[in-house]
Amino acid sequence: MEHIVIIGNGISGVTVARHIRKLSDKKITIVSAETNYFFSRTALMYVYMGHMKFEHTQPYENWFWKKNRIELLKGFVTSVNHEDKTLILAEGKELTYDKLIIATGSKPNKFGWPGQDLKGVQGLYSKQDLDQIEENAPNKEVCNRAVIVGGGLIGIELAEMLRSRKIPVTFLVRENSFWNGVLPSGESEMINEHILEHHIDLKLETNLVEILSDENGRAKAITTDKGETIECNVVGLTAGVTPNIDFLKESGIELGRGVKVNRLLETNIKDIYAIGDCAEQHEGIGNRRPIEAVWYTGRMMGETLAQTICGNPREYSPGHWFNSAKFLDIEYQTYGWVFSERSKKEHENHFHWRHASEKICITVAYDKDSKKFLGINTFGIRMRHEMFDRWLTEERNIDYVMEYLKDANFDPEFYSHYEEEILSKYNSVMKTNLSPKKKSWKRIFNKSPKSQPMRHS
Amino acid sequence: MKAIQNIGLVIFLIGLAVFAAVPVLGTYKLDQNTFDEIVKEKNIKSDVFIQAINQNVVSKDFNGMLSLSPAISSALDAANSQHRKNKEYKKVIYTSGHDMAALVGKKSGAGFIAQNKGLMWFLTFGLGIIGALMFILPNVVLLGKKGIKNDGIYHESATNKGWIAWMVFVFLVSFYLVLYFRPEFAVNWTFLVDPISQSLSGNPAGHWFVYGFMYCVVMTVMAVRMYIKYRHNVYQMVRTTSVLFFQIVFAFLIPEIMVRLQMPYYDFKNAFPLDYDFFFQWNLKSLLDSGGIGLFILVWGVVLTLVIVPVMVYFFGKRWYCSWVCGCGGLAETLGDPYRQHSSKSLFSWKVERWLIHGVLLFAVVMTGMTLYSFFTESGTVLGIKTQSVQNTYSLLIGAIFAGVIGTGFYPIFGNRVWCRFGCPLAAYLGFVQRFKSRFRITTNGGQCISCGNCSTYCEQGIDVRAYAQKGENIVRSSCVGCGVCSAVCPRGVLKLENGPEQGRINPTEVLLGNDVDLMELVNKK
Repeated sequence: MEHIVIIGNGISGVTVARHIRKLSDKKITIVSAETNYFFSRTALMYVYMGHMKFEHTQPYENWFWKKNRIELLKGFVTSVNHEDKTLILAEGKELTYDKLIIATGSKPNKFGWPGQDLKGVQGLYSKQDLDQIEENAPNKEVCNRAVIVGGGLIGIELAEMLRSRKIPVTFLVRENSFWNGVLPSGESEMINEHILEHHIDLKLETNLVEILSDENGRAKAITTDKGETIECNVVGLTAGVTPNIDFLKESGIELGRGVKVNRLLETNIKDIYAIGDCAEQHEGIGNRRPIEAVWYTGRMMGETLAQTICGNPREYSPGHWFNSAKFLDIEYQTYGWVFSERSKKEHENHFHWRHASEKICITVAYDKDSKKFLGINTFGIRMRHEMFDRWLTEERNIDYVMEYLKDANFDPEFYSHYEEEILSKYNSVMKTNLSPKKKSWKRIFNKSPKSQPMRHS
Repeated sequence: MKAIQNIGLVIFLIGLAVFAAVPVLGTYKLDQNTFDEIVKEKNIKSDVFIQAINQNVVSKDFNGMLSLSPAISSALDAANSQHRKNKEYKKVIYTSGHDMAALVGKKSGAGFIAQNKGLMWFLTFGLGIIGALMFILPNVVLLGKKGIKNDGIYHESATNKGWIAWMVFVFLVSFYLVLYFRPEFAVNWTFLVDPISQSLSGNPAGHWFVYGFMYCVVMTVMAVRMYIKYRHNVYQMVRTTSVLFFQIVFAFLIPEIMVRLQMPYYDFKNAFPLDYDFFFQWNLKSLLDSGGIGLFILVWGVVLTLVIVPVMVYFFGKRWYCSWVCGCGGLAETLGDPYRQHSSKSLFSWKVERWLIHGVLLFAVVMTGMTLYSFFTESGTVLGIKTQSVQNTYSLLIGAIFAGVIGTGFYPIFGNRVWCRFGCPLAAYLGFVQRFKSRFRITTNGGQCISCGNCSTYCEQGIDVRAYAQKGENIVRSSCVGCGVCSAVCPRGVLKLENGPEQGRINPTEVLLGNDVDLMELVNKK
């Protein structure tokens, strides 16, 4: 029986394992040094905040793996010998495979800052990081202040976590506005305001210079490029992540920043594949980056690779881009492509609407010549994934999307609706005279065959 | 703000302590006239009992129910056993010793508590309400910006099955045990709410009135907490208002006022088979003897169960009843909200749930069948089994122990919907309709789930919501009461409670939206 070994029990590795099991009878082994069982990485913050216990982050009960004949092996792979098809584990144990899937995810970036390896300095990515933050910052008495370096999604989550225990937080952001390499300015500014509302000491355009040590090798302060020294007990390094592939350096597998793969998710070596955060496409697909460190893409690669492994070779060919996040109390969803001013192309125009008092806004991107709808960012309004996916497939223009926006609203019942307000601003900005169409179940469920999978019940 | 909360907590605890002490305090003095009245009213034929009470109880001072209750029940037991021995069955008293003690206690209460009802009400209910509100209201400021605030739930003793939770458990279980099995100890509580009962029904309060009043008070205070906690979520605000309205108006006020108007006591929203004694002989007789209104109630009760309930479930899901109208649901959604995370999500629990709840439904249906058979044929037995004893078993096991003692008492340990999930026969019935013929579902938003587990953790019905959401599949489960909290706690906007066309409601998927459309078509078509 063919033995499929998967290194990494995150969303990518577990998804590919589950799908291989659905499609075949192959022997499957997942190796991980991090935890015994799969957990949701994105949920680690809620454990620290006391919303959940760690066990709640595990999507499958412990009996699931045995029942589905997915073997779980706790171990750290130190090297891969592709000639013998063997993995060497930390204790010297060996494991042979017929096909190997590398799904080892990421690790936090460290950019060579002085003091970056001191005690009290950490990232937030793994279960071990969670255990460490619990130890480093159990309460505001032990941790009088934390400094977070890097204004991205993990940075703001770490800030939220620490604030949930009333720990003072200083948040260093390189850019002149939060995440404005990704978000258009109106949205980025709204998040700046929201960060301040949460009593987080946001320092924009500020970089870390050095982390200072006390006599025990613990971080006691940091200095910034503005000449400031900030005393703190914990330093969170959240300036992005990088593929976790150090153990492959001598393996002969082609590496860039990540493990280089083709569209079939194959590496340069036969029977070795890579998926998820650690995989690097030779060229980005469409507007996507070569490395996509996102939950959803990890899952999609897993779904796709299982087909290839089970004799139905399929290229990784993701559909329309979507993503989501939550900035403190503000939910964010995006469908299609909305680029920030810093990275958007010349033909991309934006329509932006923001609520007068609430922290709610949307930005719609469209082609300025053809008015084709390109994508939408929404903050504080939930939108229906299927509707936007379909509109993107059907290449609707922005007028159509604005008219039918009610079909896409996904907020809970009884919530205030803003479509009329949004449309009236749109009409005045774009000199149009559109009126909103009533929500229609018929349209919502009317699946055009190209954009929708067949459904059965 | 924190100081206000702490003072509030102290005040609340004083109120609670007085409330807990009241049952064993107070003095009782039964005078001859009152006892004669009781004898007449209860039609007591036991000369042995009357003589014993005349000798040992009448005109004597009793300090606390702990001394009065044994005097009554021992006299009653002694009298009954003598009559049984002598085969004088006509003289046997069928009222239990506890009920008799409660009756005597209610009529003979003297001393401070009985004479200072208003003051005592303030020292118990009053302090409890003031203290609780002082504890709850500062959260408007303390919780910060509006949004989901579940911080620290698994760090707090009270909400993480710590010692506070166990204390609450002991208190609630004891309270229900007193209510169902030792009503004489509730007598002093009834004095506190006598004035309120008098003003509504014109009668002095019984221990069920205490319960009903307290239910409304607890729900109101804890609804304030809900309004603050979910102030960003209009669905939760509207739902909480609805459930509070139905409790206060339909379950509490209308039945009391109906009594004042010489009508039968009836809660118009309490549907059979949750209202399991609706078809009991005594109830049918009382309704048939009550003229037009009795007949109306009879028809209404039948139509409610057979037509209104299923039709509403078809359009809105069982939530319209379970988390918008029902009293049990109302308490679970207010008092029980801090404990919702304790429902077990394991597959094993789900199996237990299906056996138990459908077992109770079957039990209720069979019992009612026997009841109606006995009613129309006027025979006490069905196939040799006594209808009365089946009814008594149901009342004790399901009505009192399951729904009351376990259903509410176990909130802090097993979560707030133990009864609704494992026991309620109406929920089982509604569940069939919801699962097989309804427009209701919780829609999963394409591929947006990140498997974080907030939805499953906070599902009070123990549904592993995430198991569906992470497959991109809508949640169509018979047990879902539509509280909407999974949708509220979802950080990525994945879940939405909706009523829509039945077609496509159940949509199992293997590959989620967002991936290769051809792959989705290939895999999901199978």
